Amino acid sequence: MILKANNIGFYYDPKQKFQIPDIHLGAGDQMLILGKSGSGKTTILNIIAGLLKPKSGNVEISGTDIYSLKGSQLDKFRGKNIGIIFQKPHILAPLTVEENLQLANFFVKENTQLIEPLLKELGIWDKRKARISTLSEGEAQRVSIARALVNRPKLILADEPTASLDDENAAAVVRLLQVQAKKYNAALIIVTHDQRVKDHISNQIIIGGQS
Amino acid sequence: MNMIKLSWKYLIAKPLSTGLNILLLALGLAIITVLILIQDQFENKMTKDAEGIDLVVGAKGSPLQLILSSVYHIDFPTGNIDLKDAMALSKNRLVKNIIPLGLGDNFQGYRIVGTNHDYLDLYTAKFSQGSAWEKPFDVVLGYEVAQKIGLKTGDNFIGSHGIGSSSHEHDAHPYVITGVLAPMGNVLDKLILTSIESVWYTHDEEHDHATHEAPVAKKGFPITDQDREVTSLLIQYRNPIAAVQLPRFINSKSALQAASPSFEISRLFELLGIGVKLIQGLAIVIIIIAGLGIFIALFNSLKERKYDLAVMRTLGASSWQLFLHIVLEGVILTILGAVVGIAIGHLFLVILVMQNDQGAISTLSAAVFLKEELWILGYAVIVGILASLIPAWNAYQTDIAKQLTKA
Repeated sequence: MILKANNIGFYYDPKQKFQIPDIHLGAGDQMLILGKSGSGKTTILNIIAGLLKPKSGNVEISGTDIYSLKGSQLDKFRGKNIGIIFQKPHILAPLTVEENLQLANFFVKENTQLIEPLLKELGIWDKRKARISTLSEGEAQRVSIARALVNRPKLILADEPTASLDDENAAAVVRLLQVQAKKYNAALIIVTHDQRVKDHISNQIIIGGQS
Repeated sequence: MNMIKLSWKYLIAKPLSTGLNILLLALGLAIITVLILIQDQFENKMTKDAEGIDLVVGAKGSPLQLILSSVYHIDFPTGNIDLKDAMALSKNRLVKNIIPLGLGDNFQGYRIVGTNHDYLDLYTAKFSQGSAWEKPFDVVLGYEVAQKIGLKTGDNFIGSHGIGSSSHEHDAHPYVITGVLAPMGNVLDKLILTSIESVWYTHDEEHDHATHEAPVAKKGFPITDQDREVTSLLIQYRNPIAAVQLPRFINSKSALQAASPSFEISRLFELLGIGVKLIQGLAIVIIIIAGLGIFIALFNSLKERKYDLAVMRTLGASSWQLFLHIVLEGVILTILGAVVGIAIGHLFLVILVMQNDQGAISTLSAAVFLKEELWILGYAVIVGILASLIPAWNAYQTDIAKQLTKA
């Protein structure tokens, strides 16, 4: 089992507690978390990613209870095992495409030798020396996918990866995520309110009622 | 990729702000560098040139002027004194040695100094060619004089009346160069040395050819039955009691004035010290403003970068690495500022020396590096750390989840 999230409960305001369904994913499994904006989808993602400590319950990734890790241990664990893709690409603008990926490698002190194959597979090898400002939206999103994968994570989390893309690009990005996750045998969770993604992954949970 | 490269990339992503901060800090540090260099060299030179001279005696006037004109050859002499008074003083039991100086002429701005061979011994002068003067109108050139005017042993030249700016030429008596000194690194480099007799005979109206061929005095005073004058006397004390008694004794005699080089120079530095302190204060203000500039630049950039920092955390960076990332930015900035500042300081001195090829400033050298300059580097790093501490602490406390969900 890659991911076990049990009895997760969370609230910002004690009067509005919410419980999150248990999530269990194995290597290569894929899951879609659907929900309207404000339904707490991103909160779930943050909790699974080790960015936000839940009020109750625990998150285990590859058998490690991530909230028992202290400070920088958790940062390193996250860098190594979890790849996160955001709604906006959030690539570090002062660095080139290649340097963004090298930085991910540097922070976990590993050279995974994946920079070249990933950039080639995602069709952005020619842009490796490019500044982020010269990339198109679709290219930028692919760079952020490459960066999320470069440390060979066991778990890939994507937060609204298709929100700012047109139909064609949205489908391409979801396919890309699925293919890459399979290839590196990682578990994939896509959090979205985007109905276009629904048909791609059958394993779904819905948060905050039918959307 | 490493932390230094990462910080560097963020710095050059904003070349204007980075450049301005480096320049501002460099300006402050350049002023400090110039001050340190000038002060050190002036003090060194001043002490070196005055070494072995306990007391200077000359005509009444400003004691500082007497010292500047007779020891450092930068100001005008206070006037002349009677040879008889001078010779009387040489018989005083408190005087160990007395060197007479006769000033008043120049060649292309370089002072012609009439004296005896003791003056060469005082600075243990060595010759690069030729030897010391033997007859009237024999001269010895200081190393730099020979370099600048391009004359060598055996050549002739005609001196001009006056010090620095000349009025008329003494064309009746050409000087003959008998020797050129080796580079001394002191006041001798810029002087033309000759006998007291040369100075006298140059200014005489009638010419007595017999005396012009006679050998000159190599020690003490020239022997003459005429009424003659000298400009000043350099005196070495026989014993410590002389330091107490001799100046008082001389100053009480109406025609003469005694001045101690060490006393006058420390008085001069005291006067200059006010100016130096003022400039130093200005430099420190500039450095503080530069530090504030760096602080504000980092603090402002942090607002835009909170997101970048949160992304770095999701990539595996620890809080301490973010702290280091910001501090490194400040430190890289200030180290660059220090290096540029020291370079500008030296460059400024090069230009200053180039524009003044004679006089006090021309003796300075820009190719001197002091260990105080390493301190400048150290101070700069401290400024960088101080300026980046608060922004770095903010970076350390970045709440990733909150940052990432805010957009």
